[in-house]
Amino acid sequence: MKLIFERGNKNRGCDLVAECDVPLVSVPAAYERKKELNLPQVSETEISRHYTELAGQTFGVNNGFYPLGSCTMKYNPKINDELAKLSEFSDIHPLQGEDTVQGSLYIMRQAEKYLCEITGMDNMDFQPAAGAHGEFTGLKLICAYHQDRNDSKRDKIIVPDSAHGTNPASASMAGFSVINIPSTPDGLVDVEALRSVVGEDTAGFMLTNPNTVGLFEEDILEITSIVHQAGGLNYYDGANLNAIMGVARPGDMGFDVVHLNLHKTFSTPHGGGGPGSGPVGCKKILSRYLPSCKITEKEGILRFADKDEKSIGRVKAFYGNFLVVVRALSYMMSLGADGLKDASQNAVLNANYMMDKLKDVFEIPFGNGRCMHEFVISLDKIKKEKSVTALDFAKALLDYGMHPPTMYFPLIVSEALMVEPTETESKENLDEAIRIYREVYDNACKNPDGFHDYPLTTPIGRPDEVSAARNPILRYNFSD
Amino acid sequence: MATYVPNTKEEQRQMLNSIGLNAVDELYSSIPNEVKLKAPLNIPKGMSEMDLSKSIRDIASKNKVFKTIFRGGGAYRHYIPAIVKQVTSKEEFITAYTPYQAEISQGVLQSIFEFQTMICELTGMQVANASVYDGACAAAEAVIMSKERKRKKALISASVNPMTIETIRTYISGTDMDMEVIPTKEGVTDIEILKDRLEDDTACVLIQQPNYYGLLEDGDEIGSILGDKDIKYIMSCNPISLGILKAPSEYGVDIAVGEGQALGIGLSYGGPYLGFMATTDKLMRKLPGRIVGETKDSKGRRAFVLTLQAREQHIRREKASSNICSNQALCAMTAAVYLSAMGRDGLEKVARLSMSKAHYLASRLCELDGYEMVYKGDFFNEFVIRVNTDVDKVLKALENGGILGGYPLGDNSYNNENKGEILWCATEVNTKDEIDTLIQILKEVE
Amino acid sequence: MSKEFFYAKTHEWVQFLDDTKARIGISDYAQSELGDLVFISLPEVDDEVNVGEEFADVESVKAVSNVYSPVTGTVTAVNEDLLDQPELVNSDPMEAWFIEVENISDKAELLSELEYKKLIAE
Repeated sequence: MKLIFERGNKNRGCDLVAECDVPLVSVPAAYERKKELNLPQVSETEISRHYTELAGQTFGVNNGFYPLGSCTMKYNPKINDELAKLSEFSDIHPLQGEDTVQGSLYIMRQAEKYLCEITGMDNMDFQPAAGAHGEFTGLKLICAYHQDRNDSKRDKIIVPDSAHGTNPASASMAGFSVINIPSTPDGLVDVEALRSVVGEDTAGFMLTNPNTVGLFEEDILEITSIVHQAGGLNYYDGANLNAIMGVARPGDMGFDVVHLNLHKTFSTPHGGGGPGSGPVGCKKILSRYLPSCKITEKEGILRFADKDEKSIGRVKAFYGNFLVVVRALSYMMSLGADGLKDASQNAVLNANYMMDKLKDVFEIPFGNGRCMHEFVISLDKIKKEKSVTALDFAKALLDYGMHPPTMYFPLIVSEALMVEPTETESKENLDEAIRIYREVYDNACKNPDGFHDYPLTTPIGRPDEVSAARNPILRYNFSD
Repeated sequence: MATYVPNTKEEQRQMLNSIGLNAVDELYSSIPNEVKLKAPLNIPKGMSEMDLSKSIRDIASKNKVFKTIFRGGGAYRHYIPAIVKQVTSKEEFITAYTPYQAEISQGVLQSIFEFQTMICELTGMQVANASVYDGACAAAEAVIMSKERKRKKALISASVNPMTIETIRTYISGTDMDMEVIPTKEGVTDIEILKDRLEDDTACVLIQQPNYYGLLEDGDEIGSILGDKDIKYIMSCNPISLGILKAPSEYGVDIAVGEGQALGIGLSYGGPYLGFMATTDKLMRKLPGRIVGETKDSKGRRAFVLTLQAREQHIRREKASSNICSNQALCAMTAAVYLSAMGRDGLEKVARLSMSKAHYLASRLCELDGYEMVYKGDFFNEFVIRVNTDVDKVLKALENGGILGGYPLGDNSYNNENKGEILWCATEVNTKDEIDTLIQILKEVE
Repeated sequence: MSKEFFYAKTHEWVQFLDDTKARIGISDYAQSELGDLVFISLPEVDDEVNVGEEFADVESVKAVSNVYSPVTGTVTAVNEDLLDQPELVNSDPMEAWFIEVENISDKAELLSELEYKKLIAE
């Protein structure tokens, strides 16, 4: 379809801005823009139709089943969006005085309280704008903790080889070096391997639990205590919290610091890549290092306390992605304690149901027939026998109007597909997905050759990613 | 209690039975008993949508929406066209994930490609990414990007927004980079001191244009000092101002960054906002974050994909240039719709009006006894005024009149000596009447 | 110039130009396993490389792989053509050298062409 720059015509546009009612000032010559500025020259009709067409070529949770493993693509309740749009939230200047933003402060304090209860942490800070940002922040807390105790040789973060790529990336951004430890053949942390690498240089250990293959780490207490005994801290990657709300809490498992993804577990929409929100929670021993000023209450008025001198400092301007926090609090208030637990239980039930109905056909490398809220399939066998890869399989699903699972993650499983149905899918949707997965598998066995051409019915076929990367075209060229 | 679980209890029971279980708890048999919660969470009972709506509205009502705002400092109230709000409310855009599956994500991918193009146009640079968290993070990422094996020191002007300076400090604190803040003279970067501080290990110089005090920095002079020194020139800029002010490329900038909130995104109590980053072809592969590129599909049709991914964390892990994964995609789309609606002429008008209204506001304020401009330099739409009365009293009087006055700098700026100084801002939405009313109120404050 | 190629077990080739000078690239087998290369990061002239340590990396669309040095020495030239045309490594891996190294003071245990062919056949 056309780019917005290819629509409209010279001097076309929308008349949006009022006339100037004060004397016009001109820009001093030294600062005046000489460079040409090419922006679209389109009518409002054209803008409206352009984006309607783009929306037609975009697949969201609203369009259908979206079992993207580790991303928790649950339904995004509309009421939360509506409430976040209230002008009393969306039109509030971040530098307004505290007396005029009591509602905002209340939202953050209440969300902090609930999220602390869910995770078993003592404080929660909303400044980080996304999960990876939260990881960086949490790791800086760990760094500050050790430095504060003059324990400066702790410069290693231990990460399982099944971890999200952001974990090692965040650790190295925060100034640590990374030690990768292998997983056991069962897909769990290799406790002996962990024991053999911890020591006086251990700053901390990062873990997702349930882990990235969809299993709960049964030895979690032993794992966290090995790290604690070595003098390190335990970091909880909250990507998979959706399995265990109201069932178990990272704080009770021995974790000292967590980050959450409000755009996953707490149903806030992901906007085609963001904005998300990645609050960091921690135990008291780390609270003083948090980036934001604490919100305190005195005589019924909420205020920001003075900045703690031990704070690691800001990771972002202002207070984080506030409107995302509004949505998450709405969600927690809607569901309440029972509803949150019910959501987790159904997320786990849906995943187990789907896995159970696929396991006779697909290779499920881990879990012995049980999983938490997601499970991993390996298509290694069909790749070897029929040359149909996980990518080919995923692309075939597109022709059924279905978003594929996460591909090629975790890295420890070859030809991996990771399926996370979430609790907001109905039994009939799961049954339909199960039928389609089986049908596609069957086709792959019978007619493997056609598989490299799928999808056939989408707006475009497979894009040439090699030439995109070799000869990058990253902007529209107006001289063409 | 609201629920978004479609399956009825009966259906849940059927599903459990079909996988050989009797009770939901059995799904959690792998969790050791010692870590299982013994009591329900201490969170109130859930509520219906009606009750929720009322509760949240009650909370919201404790926030005060100002009819008139003369405060900026990194967040600006500009007019947001209706088409911007409508387009960005489309459910497909809101509820999509990162466009990993290009075949069903052309809408999001194309919108990012268009956004990248517009950021390149605004800044005059050659390459832009798909956004980072905000302007402060964009500056911090740019500083990290400028690092080279033998160049590890960042020079940051004290006239950069203090929140940006603090964010950079946090970002680089764990790395082998170092930073030094270059003091200001007359509110702008002290170029003599800057010259003095340039060393063989200097990686970059960061200035903000217009700066935190609203003043225009001598970007040309800084550009010529840096000239052929192989030191990266980073400029944080206000995208609205680029409708009339020099593009960063015209100063010889290597990396242009900024806060894009002014481009159609609400004040939102500080977020979500939009960090943008643009650079030269030469530095393309050092740019962090998602980047969308154009290619062809199997039938030769134009197609868009996430590209240059080998820079990123999911492939390069601990060697990645940045850990960023989620960004601010919907905000980037918002900015693109805003710029499409405004066009070049509209953006120029918004910029010119903002500048003109700010100058009118400044001249009217200076008519008042005890009000004077702190700096003499040229400014865009923000400026600092020193008052010889009680700042709190002045702002309170305005607040009572429904006006959010300027921002009291107090200790909220890098130079901790701004007593009595207020940072004012005006944009195209402020009318002459509003400004005259403000002056009237201030006249009545003793 | 000697035409003979030697190989490291990590799939790099070395061609000795004289006693203390060599060119290094990656083998045909390596390029075919990696698939279409889209970018190659090279060291700079005057950098030191060491036996068994990475000196470059090669990017395909969705993977990055390290390239390890089979010798210890000083980089005296890098093949800048590869920066613009990484596909040369795919089309002619034995011509598409990465770096030239001089002052070679150490080298890895190297395989002859025949030995290397045996290794990859396993």
